[in-house]
Amino acid sequence: MIHRVLKHKRTDGSNEPEKISFAGKKFRFSDWFAERLIKAVAFMSIAIVALIFIFVFREAFPVFRMNAIQNVATVNLVPERYGEATENSAGSNDAAQTVKASVSDGKYVKPSSTLLARVWMPVSDNPRYGIIPLFFGTLKVTIIALLFAAPIAILAAIYTSMFAKPWIREIIKPAIELLAGFPSVVIGFFALMVLATVFQDIFGYASRLNSFVGGFAMSLAAIPVIYTITEDALTAVPKTYIEASLGLGASRRQTAFHVVLPAAAPGIFAAVVLGLGRIFGETMIALMATGNAALTSMNPFESVRTLSATIGAEMAEVVFGDTHYSVLFLIGSLLFIFTFALNAISELYIKNLVIRKYQSKK
Amino acid sequence: MNRNRKDIIIESLTGISVLLIIFIIISILAITIKGGWPNLSWKFLVEFPKDGMTKGGIFPAIVGTALMTLIMTIAAVPFGVITAIYLAEYAKENSIFAKTIRFAVKTLAVVPSIIFGLFGLGFFIGFIGQNMDKIFNGGVLKWGQPSILWASLTMALLTLPVVIVSVEEAIRTIPVEMREASLALGATKWQTIRRVVLPGSVTGILTGTILAISRGAGEVAPILFTGAAYYLADLPHSLSDQFMSLGYHIYIMSTQSANVDATLPIQFATTLVLLLLTFSLNAIAVILRYRIRKKAK
Repeated sequence: MIHRVLKHKRTDGSNEPEKISFAGKKFRFSDWFAERLIKAVAFMSIAIVALIFIFVFREAFPVFRMNAIQNVATVNLVPERYGEATENSAGSNDAAQTVKASVSDGKYVKPSSTLLARVWMPVSDNPRYGIIPLFFGTLKVTIIALLFAAPIAILAAIYTSMFAKPWIREIIKPAIELLAGFPSVVIGFFALMVLATVFQDIFGYASRLNSFVGGFAMSLAAIPVIYTITEDALTAVPKTYIEASLGLGASRRQTAFHVVLPAAAPGIFAAVVLGLGRIFGETMIALMATGNAALTSMNPFESVRTLSATIGAEMAEVVFGDTHYSVLFLIGSLLFIFTFALNAISELYIKNLVIRKYQSKK
Repeated sequence: MNRNRKDIIIESLTGISVLLIIFIIISILAITIKGGWPNLSWKFLVEFPKDGMTKGGIFPAIVGTALMTLIMTIAAVPFGVITAIYLAEYAKENSIFAKTIRFAVKTLAVVPSIIFGLFGLGFFIGFIGQNMDKIFNGGVLKWGQPSILWASLTMALLTLPVVIVSVEEAIRTIPVEMREASLALGATKWQTIRRVVLPGSVTGILTGTILAISRGAGEVAPILFTGAAYYLADLPHSLSDQFMSLGYHIYIMSTQSANVDATLPIQFATTLVLLLLTFSLNAIAVILRYRIRKKAK
């Protein structure tokens, strides 16, 4: 899927580059215009990515600016009594205080200084936007989901490409592709209604929705991603490797695990990285199946609140342009940077590695 | 341990993984059908929700999903097809511009769907919509709020890579000899693309469109705060109206509803409708793609 070098196919199977010279052809306006227009439209996808960067960050940026204004206030206006005043007014909390706190006047709230707090309490008299528990929650669910998804998907891909008979392969591949087509809200609903109850009966934990249920459900979303790319990577390993290994008397199992698997390792790594990205940003399953309490316990059967679920759950209720609104965009920016980096790694680093490996030996 | 036995054990372990995945797929299908089938009726599909959404049907959610995916398709498919034509016909394999476009398309494909929702809120609603209100509406709030138009456009960005990848794959299956024949007869490059390449990749465009619709109908995160509504007494009449959607309906009924147990049959039936919709669309796409690949061989 990603590593295939795209070339036009010739029917005779030869792989000549399709260089057709247009030198000497008469200039035609329609041709010139079509090419410009097509190029301009193609440029749109670059523009969209840039716009996503700009607009998600633009809405997140005020969090830091609010802090700057407030630091000036701290230093210049009332340098000594400021901290006390904040404490006193925070102590005598009332409805008016709440309104002031949620407006970004910088006097009562320190939006960005609470970002590293251990608590996520965006709606309170003294709001604290600690994203550490959210990070912890996301990480915990991601690890649980990956522990399920990666081995199952990779083993299934090995079976499909190495052991399965051709007609069985023709059934398995589209079936698993169909799982990729299940909307995440359906998987979330299945986890919420069925998995949560089944797992509670088996393990007997207290909170019905927790990171284990959420992680397992998310692995269902990641399995098709990891499976498809791993299967592609395994199939891309030259047939000569397999024939040589079998010819030396190795069994199919030995060939699969000691020859094909190491040769496809970079591709499999890319598959896992993309699966990781899928889990990390998954919103609906996290919202529906993880319980959404921002706890930082190591117990997999405690509920967690992930970064994306926090955005999904709270964005609809915040005031446009408010501190809470900006903090949610900041979380979005972090998610975006993270998935962008994951994609860049799998694209640039791994792709080069795979191509170099086969180009020298083919 | 004996070598043959080790082989058998490990081989069956890989087989069990496949069976496990298939088992999960079948159980999701079976449980949804078992829970939803008894409540699925013609009336359920064509009625509005009643009695505080505890009874009645899901008609507005079906219409909302259909309208949203329709606008999304109109926006995403032309852009996707043209980008695919660029990548397959014009782009030189090693030019930086083409590489950047490929990277951008892949980035769009892996960015979490919730980020598209944030972008829709910040860009379409907060920037374009509010400025439209200032300029054309004298500051009256019309476009600067969640609506079906902004939700559809947000979804179009999400489904753009789906269209591009399918169409490009289909264009690449057309043999170079056909292009060369057309060019040798004196046709220009653009004429060749329009008369030879595009007609030959209709199936691919159709596959891409179907996959995009299936993806768009199922996604919920991008429309959470760009246009989906909990309950509307009326269908959307203009592009600036909010809409109800099947996926959002499932989410809201199963997590935010006051009485989750009472509405359980409705939830299962709605899930079944959504699953049948995306499932059949995907099945069609898989068959079409299989035919394209077979033709390519």
